[in-house]
Amino acid sequence: MLLCYLLVASAVEAQSSLARELAPLERLQVENHIYADGQGLPVGSGTAQQGLTLYANLCASCHGNRGQGGSALELVGDRALLDSEFPDRGIAVYWPYAPTLYEYVRRSMPPDKPYSLSVDEVYSVVAFLLQINGLLADAEITVDKKFLSRLEMPNKNGFITSDR
Amino acid sequence: MSDGNDYNRRKFIKNAALGAALASGASKLSADETPASVIPDSWKKPGSPFSNYGQPRTDRSSPIRWISNNQVVPGDGVSWSPLHELEGTITPNGLHFERHHNGVPDIDASQWELKIAGLTQRALGFSLDVLRRFPMRSKVAFIECGGNSNAIYRRNPVQAACGYIHGLVSCAEWTGVSLGRLLEEAGVQRSGKWVIVDSLDAAGVTISLPIEKAMDDVIVALYQNGEPLRSEHGYPARLLVPGWEGIVNIKWLGSITVSDRPVMSKFDTVSYTDLHANGIAERFSFEMKVKSVITSPSPGQTLKGTGFQEISGLAWTGNGMISRVEVSTDGGASWREAALQEPVLNKALTRFRLPWSWENTNAVLQSRAYDQSGNVQPTRAMLLKQKGSNAYYHNNAITSWAVAETGAVSHVYV
Repeated sequence: MLLCYLLVASAVEAQSSLARELAPLERLQVENHIYADGQGLPVGSGTAQQGLTLYANLCASCHGNRGQGGSALELVGDRALLDSEFPDRGIAVYWPYAPTLYEYVRRSMPPDKPYSLSVDEVYSVVAFLLQINGLLADAEITVDKKFLSRLEMPNKNGFITSDR
Repeated sequence: MSDGNDYNRRKFIKNAALGAALASGASKLSADETPASVIPDSWKKPGSPFSNYGQPRTDRSSPIRWISNNQVVPGDGVSWSPLHELEGTITPNGLHFERHHNGVPDIDASQWELKIAGLTQRALGFSLDVLRRFPMRSKVAFIECGGNSNAIYRRNPVQAACGYIHGLVSCAEWTGVSLGRLLEEAGVQRSGKWVIVDSLDAAGVTISLPIEKAMDDVIVALYQNGEPLRSEHGYPARLLVPGWEGIVNIKWLGSITVSDRPVMSKFDTVSYTDLHANGIAERFSFEMKVKSVITSPSPGQTLKGTGFQEISGLAWTGNGMISRVEVSTDGGASWREAALQEPVLNKALTRFRLPWSWENTNAVLQSRAYDQSGNVQPTRAMLLKQKGSNAYYHNNAITSWAVAETGAVSHVYV
């Protein structure tokens, strides 16, 4: 009898939590990250041509007409300055993964209205950013999940991971 | 002994003698005959009423944080802790430094949950009420922005008060629930090697932390110095990641996803990565290295009179405890060991003090800290050689304050 009670008690302890179990949809929302290999990128697409207007309207006031000379960080940098006192961290110069660009624009830009762009608009802005960084052969190329997942960024191997 | 000190000593003796005379009743003055002019005003009228929440004085002597922010995106920037105007080791909540990337969100705690999902046995939501039912623990810990003191990388010494060069570090007693305990509640799968932590702020701050640290000493903090977190420090909950750079101490905690790999967010890969002289950058350089700074005397202050001065400052390390602090008054030619004020705590600010006599001469003050693993704070030249002048983060170099013959203190490189 006692053994039986203990078994029940430990089973209850193992299963119940003070916390609430998340519904499957809630769980998916939490896990909805965009990884470096493109996992998590949504269905949709855009082109640099479409991104040009969005960039001009939403981004250029801080980032400059073509990713340089604004009040915000440079989007287009000079690789030769990487070892200088004031290095550029432009996209082609520094960013190791293209999907991260999508993720950052989606969540953080523009700063006065984050999360306001549609999926296709984010892809279009990202396409424009790749173009002004010389990473897109022409402005008509469709930028989507497949494209960003396969795009090898120039500084991909420019990192080491700290020993801990 | 100098003239100034002798004067003070004689004045002290004279006053002490007068006090003794009054106490012994040697004076002929009776209580009723005390001239009105020597009765303090505060004896003659009732004081101010009680207050629900105490406020600092608002006169000019009250320390404040200085704000450096982006003019176009005012919520992106920092406010500096005025280290040069504070004493002890605990930073008042209203003066703890801030680094926000797009403002301070206002989170409705009644609707809020900390959600834990990913590679777990079950996905859970912890409301504030639920979190408060878990066993709590407190830890006194510093938090330092990875970019603190980056002015020291610049070619010329920046002339600003100590807190506006080094004040992106603060220290508080944080209370909350062990993150490891909450992850156990969810049940981490064996393939879970990292946690991805999402903030609820408008900058979409997301970072990746190795599971070993997440299970070790990380706290989901609900209280700072005994009171519920203030909005600017992450209400309703933030991470305290002891000894690791500020960015991973996520404020306005939203969710934690157990993952087999880091997410490689912009904050993992672009910001907060350490560019080296060869153009290669180091990422996940989390630990804040052994460091110290003299807070008094420090730039903007002027020594008032020769003779005794106390040199006082702060030391800290992300690698355990401070074991020793040495102070030089001759630009590093000779060193004396400073006294460490108790308690010396793991991954917390430690106060050091050293008596000094100043005689109207030029001096260059430096402090050099050691941690319990034997790490020692490097000179600026050593750090630049190691990291390159293109570096931005993790500057723990020895700082030099020059004292001029006039007593004025300024920032110098030696």
